[in-house]
Amino acid sequence: MWHLKIWMKTMLKTAKVFLIILALSIVNFVPLGAQHANEHISEEQETHTEESFNAGKFVIDHVSDAYDWHIASFGDKHISIPLPIILYSKNPDLHNGKGFHVFMSSKFHHGHSDYKGFRISHSEEFEGKIVELDAQGSEIGKPIDISITKTVAGIFASVVILFWIFLTVARNAKNNKGKAPSGLQNLFEPIIIFIRDEIAKEAIGEKEHERFMPFLLSLFFFILVNNFMGLIPIPPFGANVTGNIAVTMVLALFTFGVTTISGNKHYWKEIYNPDVPWWLKFPIPLMPIVELSGVITKPFVLMVRLYANMLAGHMIVTVFVSLIFIFTSLMGTAAGFGISPVSVAFSVFILLLDVLVSFIQAYVFTLLSALYFGMATSEHH
Amino acid sequence: MGLFIPNPGTIFWMVIIFGIVLFILKKFAWKPILSALKDREESIAKALNSAEQARKEVEGLKEGNEKIIAEARIEKDIIIKEAINIKEKIIDEAKEKARLETEKNIEQARQQIQAEKTAAVNDIKKQVAELSVMIAEKVIKKELGNNGEQEKLVNGLVDDIKLN
Repeated sequence: MWHLKIWMKTMLKTAKVFLIILALSIVNFVPLGAQHANEHISEEQETHTEESFNAGKFVIDHVSDAYDWHIASFGDKHISIPLPIILYSKNPDLHNGKGFHVFMSSKFHHGHSDYKGFRISHSEEFEGKIVELDAQGSEIGKPIDISITKTVAGIFASVVILFWIFLTVARNAKNNKGKAPSGLQNLFEPIIIFIRDEIAKEAIGEKEHERFMPFLLSLFFFILVNNFMGLIPIPPFGANVTGNIAVTMVLALFTFGVTTISGNKHYWKEIYNPDVPWWLKFPIPLMPIVELSGVITKPFVLMVRLYANMLAGHMIVTVFVSLIFIFTSLMGTAAGFGISPVSVAFSVFILLLDVLVSFIQAYVFTLLSALYFGMATSEHH
Repeated sequence: MGLFIPNPGTIFWMVIIFGIVLFILKKFAWKPILSALKDREESIAKALNSAEQARKEVEGLKEGNEKIIAEARIEKDIIIKEAINIKEKIIDEAKEKARLETEKNIEQARQQIQAEKTAAVNDIKKQVAELSVMIAEKVIKKELGNNGEQEKLVNGLVDDIKLN
């Protein structure tokens, strides 16, 4: 009871800080988009050829990966953090004789210019990706691209935070050996105990759970921290990391890898030779096919669930914000102002919902991973 | 960039970063944290166990104490009883001794009295004899003032001797 109270207190403190950041970020968010819309309106008044505010593009741009980290735009001036571009080309003769290229994304001037025979494509095939250009300036294909994109930079930021938090907690734990926990340790120990007792021990079992604990804890906190950071739209936060399918794919592949490596005899027997009537296995190995597809489906579902949930959360928030500009461009500035309290209220509501979803998705991913490990290590039941 | 197609560059970085995260957190965070948690849980369990044991021990001690007290009480009763017996015996002995002493004293006194009495009687006898002799002397002196009388007495005495 006493422990819970302290935990709640620390949680409330954290929540307060979080809410302040949230409020700040919404203030930040609105003029940013408004500028975007105004720009279009003024252009529209002048030329009448420019399209009105494109909500779809606005939303997709906000959840997509990018080569630079956009902060704000004022008229034609874009403020963004340039990120390193790392490319390897198989045609070095097109790029001053060098195959390997590292430069900052600011060289592209937000995609407006080419650099060293590379370009951020605007074509339909390679939209948004870096492509190689031949001597005539036409796109010939993608080089090997391991640039530090917005998502990768977001992952780096989250890892810094993750290390900072848990190395502090570990230091506390070492210093407080045999004493009551204190500080950050108080906030995270209950979660760690929850993962150990309610997830690992329940799903894997008393005997085997210990060797999966580091992986499950890393997985849970990596997802949780990234989920939360995605909700704070100020760099270095706000990159849509867990809503990026490549990230969730790697996480799911790690779970798949650990499951496969730790699978015991019983696990493989259940897949290749399950206890079913013989005609389900011979001459057509129906059950093995079903079981094997299950092995593939499990990580696939993990990947899609986390990705879709986080992406959808981000999209809905952005959609509610862009409502202001849709109304502005459709019915004038007054309508935009009128609708803004409603959209801000909805955005806040969805963001708060996303806080819940962040917890739930991290929990579900970890729980399901633990269940798969439990299946892989269970003996006859 | 496509939302639904995983970007190989991102996958590349993610594998490296998550691998490093797994390694570093496992080595420098989860190991100390989990071991600290386990240690604390074990020490709490140990403390609770030892408290329980101590409680049981105290209970055992209490029981032992009560037993000892009860035994002591029984012993006390026995001792008191013995003491009473000894007292009575001593009193009895003392009484007996006193009685014997008294009897002895009385006997002695009686013997002494007897001796004294005998002595006194003898003394009286002696005195009476002396007195008698004296009286007889005086009587004889007076009676034997004349010869007839003397003769008569001697005859009488001679007669008496004959009778004896």
